[in-house]
Amino acid sequence: MIRQHSVRGAAAVVGVADAVSPDGVLQGSLRALEVQVIREALESAGLSLADVDGLATCTGGMMMPSVELAEYLGVSPVWTDSTQTGGSSFEIHVEHAAAAIASGACEVVVIVYAQTPKSTFKRGGARFLGGLPSGGADIDQVPRVEWEIPYGIQLPIGAYSLAASRHMAQYGTTSEQLAQIAVSTREWATLNPNASLRGPITIEDVLASPMTASPLHKLDCCLVTDGAGAIVMTSAERARDLRQRPAYVLGAGTAHSHSMISQMPDLTVTAGRESGAKAFAAARLGPGDVDVAQLYDSFTITVLLALEDLGFCGKGEGGSFVEDGRLGPGGSFPAQTSGGGLAYTHPGMFGMFLLVEAVRQLQGSCGPRQVPGAEVAVAHGCGGVLSATSTIILGTEATL
Amino acid sequence: MSEPTRFEPPISAVSEPYWEATRERRLVLQHCDSCERTVWYPRVLCPHCGGTDLTWSDACGHGAVYAVSVQYRPGHPALADRVPYAVALVDLDDGVRVMTSVVGCAAEDVHIGQRVRPTWEELSDGRNLLMHEPEA
Ligand SMILES: [Zn+2]
Repeated sequence: MIRQHSVRGAAAVVGVADAVSPDGVLQGSLRALEVQVIREALESAGLSLADVDGLATCTGGMMMPSVELAEYLGVSPVWTDSTQTGGSSFEIHVEHAAAAIASGACEVVVIVYAQTPKSTFKRGGARFLGGLPSGGADIDQVPRVEWEIPYGIQLPIGAYSLAASRHMAQYGTTSEQLAQIAVSTREWATLNPNASLRGPITIEDVLASPMTASPLHKLDCCLVTDGAGAIVMTSAERARDLRQRPAYVLGAGTAHSHSMISQMPDLTVTAGRESGAKAFAAARLGPGDVDVAQLYDSFTITVLLALEDLGFCGKGEGGSFVEDGRLGPGGSFPAQTSGGGLAYTHPGMFGMFLLVEAVRQLQGSCGPRQVPGAEVAVAHGCGGVLSATSTIILGTEATL
Repeated sequence: MSEPTRFEPPISAVSEPYWEATRERRLVLQHCDSCERTVWYPRVLCPHCGGTDLTWSDACGHGAVYAVSVQYRPGHPALADRVPYAVALVDLDDGVRVMTSVVGCAAEDVHIGQRVRPTWEELSDGRNLLMHEPEA
């Protein structure tokens, strides 16, 4: 039994910003994009770089992303985090930052992310090579190169496809049910002017899209776009004096179960079962209390597994849970309200945008896609190949 | 040495005995002397109990398909003329799960629960890559 050192409500997100373009392409260098979203997030809170004493980021530079970025920004943090767990990195940064703020280690934290894979690809730059190691790694540290890559699996999609195949065989989940997740997510994207894919789609459209790794179709997969985002956090006390309605961190939990897919203990159960349970326990809330969910949607199967593992439905019931369209606008379980990684943006690690959208929903600033009366939001990141999850539960002042 | 026809696995420090055995088309796996469980992939410690006394021994390599995905695009450019092919996770009767490719039948016919046995594909340096094919 893990002892809970609850930091419930001790820290809050007080400013968010993202840079996303409908055509998926952003102008400017990564540093320029980072600076843009950091300044915007700070200004929305009524803070400036001079207030920042904690910094978290997980990309860029050589080995020490947060150290290198701090120098560039001209800040000297007393708290730093370069944790890299793929798509769940930023949820972990929030968890760490909340604990640091609660303990008094620092007071104003900026978490930032920028990547431009679409521009890089257009320029003919390096493409993601499916897990081949970059220079410097010892082969013993990258076992997939010895034990997976030789079989010609496409990564990451092949790994998620294996999980989907197992869920289908074990629980009778269908391609139509997975497709419904993409359909509902696209309905949200039609309400977001910055989304890359805004035309409505049907289940038939998903099933008719090319299959690259069975059983997943092209429209079961996330986008590849440029994107950037930033989050500002501070203490609950200071949050109350700032410009935005604070989104308090009520609970957080992190877990990982494996790195490569062939080492995942059970392909139908993710570490979300642990990270979610920890987050809900800390928040003293249950799945039924969530008003709006932002679940990592690298692929439709990623959402289905998160729904089950976080307890929104029973194990094996994800398919029937989603098939009435309840994840979409007007549905009883609004999820991925930005349009998600499937239709809004996906620069490689969507976890930042899950948090940005969760906070915007609690601020009530989502315009046509606003979920009325949203008081409790969950942002659930998933990195690697269903490897590392981190669950953040946020709430308004009313939930404290 | 012939020309490689796929991305060929490098040899990590601990897996030398594994790859040497494949030259004779033999499958060997590590067993933990402390907890008596089989260890996959090769390591310097047992991930089940933390023990460091690991012994190589012969394995049967038969098993059942746990998960499968047909690749309609090559995961590596060298495999472009082999699509579609089936990448699978197989639960070996020896007690571990491995990634493999199931050949010897149409890729779309590979299914979860299917019994498979080892077959080998020769690599350019005389090693062999463990693959699987339907039993009988
Ligand atoms: Zn052992």
